[in-house]
Amino acid sequence: MFLTRIPPIAFGLATLGLVLGAVEILLRLQILNQFVIPLPSAVFGSFGRLFSEEELARRLLLTGAEALTASVLVAIVGIGLGMLLYRFRTLRLATEPWVAAVAAAPIVLAYPLFLVIFGRSAATIVAMGFVAGLGPVILKTLEGLNGVRKSLINVGRSYNLTPAQQFRMILLPAAVPTIFVGVRLGLIFALINLIGVEFLINFGGLGQLINDLAERYDLPGMFATIIFVILVSVVIFAGLERMERWFRPVQ
Amino acid sequence: MQATGAAMTGETQGDGTEMAASTARLRLASSQTTNDLVLDDVTMRFQTREGTITAVDRVSLSIERGEFVSIIGPSGCGKSTLFNILGGLVSGYDGTVSVAGETVSGPHPAIGMVFQEESTFPWRTVIDNVAFPLEVKGVAKAQRYATARKFIDMVGLAGFEQRYPAELSGGMRQRVAIARTLVFEPKILLMDEPFAALDEQTRLLLGDKVLNIQQDLKQTTLLITHNITEAVQLSDRVVIMSFRPGKVKRIVDIRLPRPRRGDVVGSDAFGRYVAEIWNDLREEASRGMAESEKGALGRAER
Repeated sequence: MFLTRIPPIAFGLATLGLVLGAVEILLRLQILNQFVIPLPSAVFGSFGRLFSEEELARRLLLTGAEALTASVLVAIVGIGLGMLLYRFRTLRLATEPWVAAVAAAPIVLAYPLFLVIFGRSAATIVAMGFVAGLGPVILKTLEGLNGVRKSLINVGRSYNLTPAQQFRMILLPAAVPTIFVGVRLGLIFALINLIGVEFLINFGGLGQLINDLAERYDLPGMFATIIFVILVSVVIFAGLERMERWFRPVQ
Repeated sequence: MQATGAAMTGETQGDGTEMAASTARLRLASSQTTNDLVLDDVTMRFQTREGTITAVDRVSLSIERGEFVSIIGPSGCGKSTLFNILGGLVSGYDGTVSVAGETVSGPHPAIGMVFQEESTFPWRTVIDNVAFPLEVKGVAKAQRYATARKFIDMVGLAGFEQRYPAELSGGMRQRVAIARTLVFEPKILLMDEPFAALDEQTRLLLGDKVLNIQQDLKQTTLLITHNITEAVQLSDRVVIMSFRPGKVKRIVDIRLPRPRRGDVVGSDAFGRYVAEIWNDLREEASRGMAESEKGALGRAER
């Protein structure tokens, strides 16, 4: 009874605190190896150093700008292509399996190709994030539009809506929840690839920092940066959820 | 039949003689000026893997201005196909459908449709759902909200204007759909089993509501249903359809007093109409059931 009154977030944080406390004790008792897992207290203690010495804030802005560019491109191009495939059946039949294949492929492995095309620059990172995030957005846009209930389409037809009105007033708003699932997936894929490529080509923001700290064997700093990336992702997706609720207040 | 007050009209088709069909067509032609909605010899065929299926077979029917007519029949008798034909949502049928003498070749502005399936827009509030047709028409926001409020009130949903469909019950959502159709002030209201997904009590209460609205607005109304009670409760005439191919088997005049109140369902005459229509429908429903079982068996064997 008492436990059910605790808010879920407090429950989650308390569980995390307990697990970290247990890891700390196991490391100090040398049951776990400190050369593999750093002390949680050292990890949290290194945040200040990361901001002052490793320019964590500047790197966040850099990765953030890359992520924002890739996300905007993924959303605009992905939703646009999804609409196009919905509109032209032949095009859909010709390309949908390939889009699905690309969405499932480990795009990050193609980074040498992107390096050749765009050079060791932010353009490579943005392009890789964009390509990785595109598939889910196209497929979910298509799924959302195809899944609009016949009765809603018939309502539009019964009022003699023009194709443009039918699309704007019925198809698109009806497909928004599914499209948002695609956008969320696309952004996850884009972010993973973005930081992965920064790590691989040792260029840019947070991914490069993780690489640097790993090279220097600064385990607390590296773990702290990874936790920071996770926190940033949580904030981004909470923001996306709010945006979705703004579009569709009640599901 | 006389004892129940039901009258069989001369519009018997399919099983009737050529003379009866000619008489029906004559009546049709002579009454077209007062009729809002006329179906003349409408036939619809579908191509399927099993071959050609005639969903609607030479259906002729005329509905007078302000009349409430129900079409009843077993599943698969072409009721919904007829609804889609009348609403201009399908083409490729033989025969003609006309509204006030004008042949219909697509959705007609005089016809409003209420669909069987859930058709409210989940992303719009009640008032925005109801005001939707006016928004399409380009009516200014203040004016369309004022009109929408009138119809929301009419279907008994005042106070729910800012709610979303997900916050309403099934019966309330269907009332939103009805209000959205009425707001356009169509001369003819088509309803395809609008209460099919609702429980019996809600169905009867909504039936009362529809009856009151129809009596107020004096709209020509065509209700597609498989519910005999609903058909008798609401209609001036009940058209009984045969199982595939869908033909008009019989038309029953419901001579219950108007204005009709909800307690009419408890009267002896009401019970007799229900029993009589069921007598006609039983054979068709049995055929429909046998056919669907045969189909299911065939599919299982394949």
